[in-house]
Amino acid sequence: MSPELKGFILLSILKMLVVFTVVLVGVALLTLMERKVSAWMQNRRGPNRVGWAGLLQPAADGLKNIVKEETFPAVANTGLFLLAPAMAFIPALLLSGVIPWAAPLPISVDDFGEAIHAGLTSLYLEPTGRFISWLFHLVFGPVSFHGVLSGAVADLPVGFLFILAVSSLGVYGIALAGWSSNSKYALLGGLRSSAQMVSYEVAMGVSLIPVLLLSGNVSFSEIINRQQAGTWYIFPLFLSFFLYFVSGFAETNRLPFDLPEAESELIAGYHTEYSAMKFSMFFIAEYSNVVTVSAVASALFFGGWDVPFISVDPAHPGLLGTVNLGLLFTLLSALVMFVKTMTFIFVVMWIRWTLPRFRYDQLMALGWKVMLPMALGYVMIISTAIYVIEHGLGIESARTQSWILFGLNLILAYGVFGLLDRGRIVSGSNSRTRVPGPGPVAGARRVA
Amino acid sequence: MTAAVFYLLGASAIASALLCITRKNPVSSALWLVSTMFALAGIYVLLHAQFIAVFQVLVYAGAVMVLFLFVIMLLNLGREASDVRGKPAWALAAAVMVILGAQFFAVWHYTPAQMASEQHSGAAVADPLAFFPNNALAAEAARPDDAFGALSASLFQNYLVPFEITSVLLLVAAIGAVVLAKRRI
Repeated sequence: MSPELKGFILLSILKMLVVFTVVLVGVALLTLMERKVSAWMQNRRGPNRVGWAGLLQPAADGLKNIVKEETFPAVANTGLFLLAPAMAFIPALLLSGVIPWAAPLPISVDDFGEAIHAGLTSLYLEPTGRFISWLFHLVFGPVSFHGVLSGAVADLPVGFLFILAVSSLGVYGIALAGWSSNSKYALLGGLRSSAQMVSYEVAMGVSLIPVLLLSGNVSFSEIINRQQAGTWYIFPLFLSFFLYFVSGFAETNRLPFDLPEAESELIAGYHTEYSAMKFSMFFIAEYSNVVTVSAVASALFFGGWDVPFISVDPAHPGLLGTVNLGLLFTLLSALVMFVKTMTFIFVVMWIRWTLPRFRYDQLMALGWKVMLPMALGYVMIISTAIYVIEHGLGIESARTQSWILFGLNLILAYGVFGLLDRGRIVSGSNSRTRVPGPGPVAGARRVA
Repeated sequence: MTAAVFYLLGASAIASALLCITRKNPVSSALWLVSTMFALAGIYVLLHAQFIAVFQVLVYAGAVMVLFLFVIMLLNLGREASDVRGKPAWALAAAVMVILGAQFFAVWHYTPAQMASEQHSGAAVADPLAFFPNNALAAEAARPDDAFGALSASLFQNYLVPFEITSVLLLVAAIGAVVLAKRRI
């Protein structure tokens, strides 16, 4: 094995360790965040007994789940019952491997052992450095790397299509959990979830086609580069983002689309019969899906690791100029990506306490009769607009194109939200219908 | 390395396919079919057809098989696993196997050199290039070679008419299904 290949493999393993550790610990902390946000919205304190301000609550919950007794339903299909949590968990975690969490880092090191030695010597840890360097040489031999290290564990050429493909597999875990539990509630939860996920996957896929049209590529790195050269896609493709995010809620089974685990109807839905760590694995899968949906939303529509007003491409300088790629910029960009992703995660938790749950037929009608036609219509409008702007008006600059599309989006958004809103919030209080007669009567119906 | 991965995926595809047709429980059968599709997707990646691989997973494993599972669960099959495969079914299966084996044998002996010589001696009637000749061969040679360009050029330029006919066919099937399933629309 050549030193260069060895360097690539070692760096990839390092990236895997970092990404999966951060995602798994982050998911554990998200359960705390969810409870704290819920508490804040309901004007109470939330968990505050374990650790400082309840910070160790996830650790306590985890410990409890690991040592708790495992229960098995009487006539369950044991093999599939054991397989189901894993099949929900694995695709959810696989997804975090293809998201670009930071800017690419150019690395040029002839010998990693020597580099560690030099690095630790500069920190006045010379003997330790010599020992680690010796150990490194003993274990790995000569290791070198020259090139640009991608910010994702694997920067796939198929990019976000991989996300769509693998996230559609998460439904197997839920459907199998429902079927193998030998329980009516679980079965209903599994059925609902498989129908719901297949329906909203279509709307999600179609809602991302405008991103393809504008960027001309599906790989995350290329899409983010295009956003740096132009504007963030939230401006030219606002409705696309809206449709994507709404179907993201449905795909992750979050309120207002959490019918597979609707507590008031199905106890806990598909995971009714699960206990201990297997129960927890469904939750880890759900939260890591929330992380993925949020990270993809920020990568495709909010520039991913792109730091606002700073560009890394001298051909398209940002408002505050350009910087060179390097370790500092990579760390800064990772922080920016983190902030963007956390913002969306917060929005997901916020919506939970804002909107009530849909009824099942409403959910299906929304998916097939509103979201899908809207997404298809939007693809047609955007592709026509891009053709007219490029060939009819002859505008080449990506930024000018984006702002023209933004204007178009404002007009479309007004129409769409007016339609979805059916004259309740956006159109203002004047147009709201009132109950005729002397004051509101209990049980009186609104005149449509 | 590539050969080793190919044989691994091939073995996994064949083993899963065998398990798929021998399981009595319909849910297990469906899951082994998903596993077969995964192995096939891996083989597509080895052939540098990442787009096809992703769509194999997205459409077949992610949507079609989920609908299969949905129907199995909705009818709650598999609780009483009875063997419906009688003697006629075995005879039919044997016949299909013989025909498929014969086809496989024919393909095995059909070398690339033979194919090239047949193309030079005039395109076969079934060759789509002969039906839709609008410079398809020239476009085929000049197509972009990234993961998606090649496929898009074939689908939306060279074979646009067959592609559109297929999509109309699928639309007809969808409308037909709705008409048959719903008495009142």
